[in-house]
Amino acid sequence: MTTPVHGDHDPHSAAPLKTPLYDAHVALGARMVPFAGYYMPVQYEGILAEHAHCRAAAGLFDVSHMGQATLRGADHATVAGALEKLVPADVLGLEPGRQRYSQLLNERGGILDDLMVHRAPGADGTLGLVVNAACKVADYAHIAARLPGDVLLEIHEERALLALQGPEAVNVLLSLGADVAGWDFMQVGPASLAGIPVFLSRSGYTGEDGFEISAHADTVAGLWEILLRDPRVKPIGLGARDSLRLEGGLCLYGHDIDETTTPVEAGLLWSIQKRRRVEGGFPGADIVRSQIAEGVARKRVGIKPDGRAPARDGTEIVDENGVAIGTVTSGGFGPTVGGPVAMGYVAAVHARPGTRVGLVVRGKALPAEIVSLPFVPARFHRAPK
Amino acid sequence: MTKYYTEEHEWIAVEGKVATLGITDYAQAQLGDVVFVEVPTVGRKVKKGEETAVVESVKAASEVYSPVTGTVVAANDPLANSPITVNEDPEGAGWFCRIDMSDPAELEVLMDEAAYKAFVEGL
Repeated sequence: MTTPVHGDHDPHSAAPLKTPLYDAHVALGARMVPFAGYYMPVQYEGILAEHAHCRAAAGLFDVSHMGQATLRGADHATVAGALEKLVPADVLGLEPGRQRYSQLLNERGGILDDLMVHRAPGADGTLGLVVNAACKVADYAHIAARLPGDVLLEIHEERALLALQGPEAVNVLLSLGADVAGWDFMQVGPASLAGIPVFLSRSGYTGEDGFEISAHADTVAGLWEILLRDPRVKPIGLGARDSLRLEGGLCLYGHDIDETTTPVEAGLLWSIQKRRRVEGGFPGADIVRSQIAEGVARKRVGIKPDGRAPARDGTEIVDENGVAIGTVTSGGFGPTVGGPVAMGYVAAVHARPGTRVGLVVRGKALPAEIVSLPFVPARFHRAPK
Repeated sequence: MTKYYTEEHEWIAVEGKVATLGITDYAQAQLGDVVFVEVPTVGRKVKKGEETAVVESVKAASEVYSPVTGTVVAANDPLANSPITVNEDPEGAGWFCRIDMSDPAELEVLMDEAAYKAFVEGL
């Protein structure tokens, strides 16, 4: 049997780092793998059980490998204006206590990384950033090289990041003293969990309601233990993180989006607010705006195989005549769906849901259909306006 | 019945000229939850070292190689509907196929249970 390869570690790079929770993962019996330069837990009890638990109750993830940083300047307009030169989101219009999803773009409109941007309640001159682990060194260099002299980038190596995801996540945090019941999806703010100061955002990467919890690295092991003491909470590894986000139709950087894909091709136009589409002023704006106006040659789509065989990243997609029309960028088994699911790019003429396609797996074109994303409906908590 | 093992974590159980093929308990633990199995069709001729079955976990696909040359005389088709059997009983109900061997001398290079156990402990 070929040995499955876990993680994405380049054996020629330096020894992987450890998050502040490394010992806690090992103590829980996690299988640790090198991922994005860190030893990370790929699974504890098993991916299927962890995936199901997260959708049914609350799953706790260590995502401390991700990069946390702050942009600091004189006032909101100064800092937002600096960031808007790098991303296509409306950052100026970001209200205090809110977070937005965006992308760092290159001059061709390609995605250097995707990230979360938040403005803390009352903040006038700081923006918080959360970026992908594998990209963070390059992101920081990219950002720092392009900031005006009056805006500083502070990198928070001292901070760890947890995610608590699932329908019970809000109740778990309420029981630890955080007054988050009325929080809206993408709301952010400081809080205290069992006396430990944290910074919360009501967001995540599973399609479920939930929170990301930023804590000081010195306090995160204690917080992890307190959260796991709640019977509704179980630890979830990277394996289920991937199957949850795939069912949620969410992009994985380096697979579904990269420097060769634009936000329009990737179906992320919702993250470019109207003012930015009109005004431009971000890298690759000409290309992105012409794609908005004239359409794109290829689009990211959901793909549902008819049968049981998963189609993995890199699988060729063909039309009904066997002509190549695209490539799978994420694919595997969807535990909640109960069968294989995939995402990929196809020529725009084949992107309509219901279009019949083939997925070339082990030399055979397996029948499949283009479907709308997500595979599992999102259950974000949107507060009434 | 004699059981043999490969360094790629397949087992075969031999009775007369017929060898039953599967993956070891160590292999299923490495894979994690199995979600898809493809077994060969009866009548297919397989060569030693040839990809004979496919087993996929949530994370990855793995090929299963036959350690012997011969003809597939039985396939465990029910695995298609219960791939988790490979996790639950890898060296029993989770077998993939039976092969009528054409060259039993190929068995000589395979490990016995004690040798495989020592091999896994050394990993």
